[in-house]
Amino acid sequence: MLKTLHTICRAGIASEPPPASDDALRVSDVLQNRIRGILGRALCIRHVDAGSCNGCELEIHALSNPVYNIEGLGIKFVASPRHADMLLVTGPVSRNMEVALRRTYDATPDPKIVVAIGDCGCTGGVFGENYASVGRVANVIPVNVAVPGCPSSPNRILAGILTAISPPGVK
Amino acid sequence: MELQYWIDQSTPLPGAPGVRRLDVTVDTWLACATDVAASGGRLFALWADCAGEATVFAALISEPIVLLLALELPGTTATYPSLAEIFPAAARMQRAAADLCGVRARDFDQRPWLRHAAWPVDYLPLASETRPAAGREPAIDQYSFVRVSGDGVHEIPVGPVHAGVIEPGHFRFSVVGEKVLKLEERLGYVHKGIEQRFSDLSANEGQRLAARVSGDSAVAYSWAYCQALEGIVGAAVPTRATWLRALALECERIANHLGDLGALGNDAGFAFGLSQLSRLKELWLRAIETALGQRYLMDFVVPGGVFTNPSMDNLVALAACAAKIATEAIVIRGIYDEHAGVRDRFADAGIVTPALAKQLSLCGLAGRASAQLHDLRADMPCAPYTDLRVRTFTSRDGDVAARVAVRFDELNESARLIDEIVHKLPNGAFRVVFAQPAEAGMGVGIIEGWRGPVLVALRIAADGRIQRCHPHDPSWQNWPVLEHAIIGNIVPDFPLINKSFNLSYSGHDL
Repeated sequence: MLKTLHTICRAGIASEPPPASDDALRVSDVLQNRIRGILGRALCIRHVDAGSCNGCELEIHALSNPVYNIEGLGIKFVASPRHADMLLVTGPVSRNMEVALRRTYDATPDPKIVVAIGDCGCTGGVFGENYASVGRVANVIPVNVAVPGCPSSPNRILAGILTAISPPGVK
Repeated sequence: MELQYWIDQSTPLPGAPGVRRLDVTVDTWLACATDVAASGGRLFALWADCAGEATVFAALISEPIVLLLALELPGTTATYPSLAEIFPAAARMQRAAADLCGVRARDFDQRPWLRHAAWPVDYLPLASETRPAAGREPAIDQYSFVRVSGDGVHEIPVGPVHAGVIEPGHFRFSVVGEKVLKLEERLGYVHKGIEQRFSDLSANEGQRLAARVSGDSAVAYSWAYCQALEGIVGAAVPTRATWLRALALECERIANHLGDLGALGNDAGFAFGLSQLSRLKELWLRAIETALGQRYLMDFVVPGGVFTNPSMDNLVALAACAAKIATEAIVIRGIYDEHAGVRDRFADAGIVTPALAKQLSLCGLAGRASAQLHDLRADMPCAPYTDLRVRTFTSRDGDVAARVAVRFDELNESARLIDEIVHKLPNGAFRVVFAQPAEAGMGVGIIEGWRGPVLVALRIAADGRIQRCHPHDPSWQNWPVLEHAIIGNIVPDFPLINKSFNLSYSGHDL
């Protein structure tokens, strides 16, 4: 127990300030400001891997580490789409995941936001479209914010999430 | 017959040292596999190549040799003898080969594996000339899971969309109360046509795709790919580049072990482990980015060498960071070891006995935690591992605690290797101009990634285009073993046991 406490004290607080929102990442805006005010203080995210290489998942994991400390911003990952305000989707969408992604989207209550993560989520990336891949997330469900990168860095993913819940033009 | 008899008839293949090709007939296919098994050998990979003649390849490993059996078949409708009786791990690979190329093993289990309902049954992605029209809404298929019946038995279906930030797959648990009687996996959800996509690319472009077969093993895959390609072309890679590749591979190993060891603590209800180790992982990724240019080294290993030449100052800082992390990890290991709650969850959970591990060709770090002491870096070293003398770690316990212990040991060893690499790093070029290959050929690369041995088999045409590229992930061997590891455990221990293996869905589904 003492060693645990000692380690915690020695590590101190590692959290860094969050990045500013970035309108360049915005694809479409759906939220009324009143709703934005409510979501902004307690956002629930459901992550869906729709066919990713798992690189973006590693960086989404990093959001929960003490440095990015996403829970400190009032944002948390939830276990069911029914509890979620936002879907964070990595792609490309494989055809074997197409129905599952659609169903997850349908199960998420309105108003909902979709953030596509990574080059593959934005464009289909290196995998493209073929018999087994539908390509970008927007080919299957409507996307509000798209964050490129291979993989997207935690700072960019966080900027994308914050952009989605900020009104356009506000930093 | 002895294994040596078959080795004598085989011919060396370009690429990794020790890989040899042996053309077999339907009769000698099984005989050779039996002899390899009798000599302690295991199945490394199995795939079919139907671009041209239909050929089934089985890579069998008996250190220090990888014997690549090539069985030519008369067309894609042909069947061949199943290797599953000798190597149970072959079963799913054979089903995948049937889905993609049509060639079927004579086995009792003829269910599709990678093909769900997204493309028609008569479409063979790697053999058919015409590609199916896109835009059709895929149907939901009915997969025939093996049913368990009896008083009080019920099923828990989980996935493909899981409750955490993880990849998709379906698990069908048959349970009584909390106890798991049987787990059946259904994978293939992230199948995105990687192998067909390879054949759209030139040999030099293939590295980018290879690195993204499984993002957590980008260095292992891109190195194995380049090893195969450079072997075919006969290109000499600068010594400094091979050392930097090894540096990147050990960086990747540390990053993944830090992530998983933290998550394992969390799954045992000890959030302290996750917050401390994920903090160290972030520190580590930033050190990698400073030294090598990327947090995750997706495009560091390129044909002809490595992408950037790191400065000596940054490399020394990287080695210092690795040493600092290794020291801190030892403290956290001590805390895990002394924490009664963590010990209680780790010890005796998800046991894979050494005998079962051997029978099922369990490989990589999970294999080493079940007394299967194999590591390509030590057993069949390519440069620079020939000069590095990697220490390997093992346990006979085969439980979650053993896999945790092996990971901590390997993390420490990788930090030592990074220090040694940085201090012995030869001078010279870090990359040579890599010409587009001008001759057809086939090569195989094998690299020990953090999860286990990765294989990339590459066949290129005379115009430098890829005809067939098969990347093999160690998860193919280890997924079926997970079904055994969970038997008799309780459902709430599944995430913990699963995480202790942390197998790749993307690397498996392709």
